[in-house]
Amino acid sequence: MGNNGVYQGVNKSGQKIVSPDYMLFEAPREKVFMTGSEAVKEAVKRASVDASVSYPITPQSEAAHLIGELWVEGYVGVYFRGESEFGVMSEVAGCSMAGARVITTTSGPGTLRAMENFPMWAGSRLPIQLVLMARGVNSPLSIQPDNLEISFLLDTGCMIWHAENAQELFDMILAGFVVAEKTDVHVPIITAIDGFFISHTRESIMIPPEDIALPPYNPYVSPTPIIDAEIAPGRYIKDPFVMKSNYISYATHASWQWEVRAAIERSRPYAKHYLRGLIEEFGDSEAELVFIASGTAASQAKEATRMLLDEGIKAKVVKVKSIRPFPHQELLEATKTAKYIIVPEFNVVGWLEREVRASFYGKSNATIIGTPRVAGGMTMPPEIIYRDALKILGKEVSYVL
Amino acid sequence: MISQPARKRLNIRMPALGGQGAVTAAHIIATAADYEGYYAVSNPFFGAEKRMAPAESYARIGIEPIYDRGEVVYPDIIMVFHHHVITMGKSYTMPFYSGIKRDGIIIINTDEELLKPEDYKKLESINVKVLNFPATKIAIDIAGTELSTNMAMIGVLFGATQIVGLPAIEEGIKSRFMKKFVASGGTASLDSALERKFKKKLELIEKNLNTAREAFNMALEWAKENGISPMLPPAPMKKQEPVQA
Repeated sequence: MGNNGVYQGVNKSGQKIVSPDYMLFEAPREKVFMTGSEAVKEAVKRASVDASVSYPITPQSEAAHLIGELWVEGYVGVYFRGESEFGVMSEVAGCSMAGARVITTTSGPGTLRAMENFPMWAGSRLPIQLVLMARGVNSPLSIQPDNLEISFLLDTGCMIWHAENAQELFDMILAGFVVAEKTDVHVPIITAIDGFFISHTRESIMIPPEDIALPPYNPYVSPTPIIDAEIAPGRYIKDPFVMKSNYISYATHASWQWEVRAAIERSRPYAKHYLRGLIEEFGDSEAELVFIASGTAASQAKEATRMLLDEGIKAKVVKVKSIRPFPHQELLEATKTAKYIIVPEFNVVGWLEREVRASFYGKSNATIIGTPRVAGGMTMPPEIIYRDALKILGKEVSYVL
Repeated sequence: MISQPARKRLNIRMPALGGQGAVTAAHIIATAADYEGYYAVSNPFFGAEKRMAPAESYARIGIEPIYDRGEVVYPDIIMVFHHHVITMGKSYTMPFYSGIKRDGIIIINTDEELLKPEDYKKLESINVKVLNFPATKIAIDIAGTELSTNMAMIGVLFGATQIVGLPAIEEGIKSRFMKKFVASGGTASLDSALERKFKKKLELIEKNLNTAREAFNMALEWAKENGISPMLPPAPMKKQEPVQA
């Protein structure tokens, strides 16, 4: 490694290779004003990506299209359109098994259509990155913001990070490859956003120069040999252990189920470093009223916290950046002073509330309330969070119209 | 209603019809405000827009970081791009001014009065001022096309609110037409048709700038006549360099 975090040499696109720490923390950054979809393009441009496969579905189509432009510009090695989301998620698995760094994007019904592949990625220990621009699934049909689909992905064996805004998405895409490709992790990474709220919103973000890039993926860091016929996952694909062809293969297969989850747990120190913590706190550190939220709901809760402060009520937001692994200890620590924990969500089931309840059971005396919940494309005005918080505290609601 | 704190943010809602350029306008408004040195965010309504059907976009401008995302349910400013929003209910909210905040402004692109006395009664009770403004007429007079209606609406917004000056507005418009960004694929193809119509892109920009300038000055005069002071404190981050590509 040379000076200023610059490694020797260039990648296939001719960009200077720099260390992940230099890329994420040290490189000079300049302000640009762009949409979340454009931020995806800028991140992928700096990520030494070998392959990407796309399929159109709102709201991720623009990001998928822009990755295609990167292929035209020579920043992505292979790019094509799959037959369906199922095809796409299978094809990126093939690319990854062949030793490529690969990224793809999907949304809503596309995620569900491709579902079988996500645990397959994890079970095969493929460090694929999926940028998930969540939208409503057909429950009933909505093409608008809603993050119900994240609940379906929670137990697929993939890491899941939830970005709040375009800046965080940009940084998470770069950090995602770095963490997912650690030998002792080496599982897929899903970098999720609330579709539209991030993908279609134009805001200012800070980005490093375009002539630097992450070190290319080294497939030999994989904990499993690449497409080996005898050892997992290659063996498991050619001759499933579940066939009990012999005792050793069966035992390997069974322990592998646990090993995938253990690998996610082992990502904690890396994720903590590259995300600057698995949670972020905003507002009054001693507050008795605490919002736990992820993604855009955290943004809305931050606005509500400001409105509450105008009323003389101290509150804070604890934003969950990593859903898998789930930051149990960090959340308990951050809610020590809490009497009320409010979990606002953009989905009908309240999956984050479930996660928090399960995590806090027997460990916290705070009252946990899942509100407000909006679904199927509704927006969540901070005024409504503010109103619900005042009602919970038994106070008068003064200025919501 | 009792204790609404001092304004640190302008939330702007722009009900329009598909094809009028409200999404482009929101992006230019946010870009201009960003250039002026405010925090700014813009987004469209998240749906399946089509020509002449309701289309809505939003911009948020403030003196502190903006977290709020999505549709503006409680706006400070409403900009009605087309009379059908009012006369035919082509709006995502009914009435179109639902949720407007105290001391807000409603700008309507119209040559004639569209509101009823009961609307005025309600709006006056929360000190909301209404500016009927012939944006399409000005666009036709100055740019020679109603397609520049959105440019007039941008000008009238900043003239009425007095938060972003003409240099920043010009920067916002230029950054849009120099292809630094496009609002959508459909808008990009419209651009090429427009370019043929205008022959030269620079000529197009100049006409758009003139339209915005004229509207800005007219609205500024209206604001002064009506005793409206700048609607936000000065921009916290005055800008030295141009907006990045």
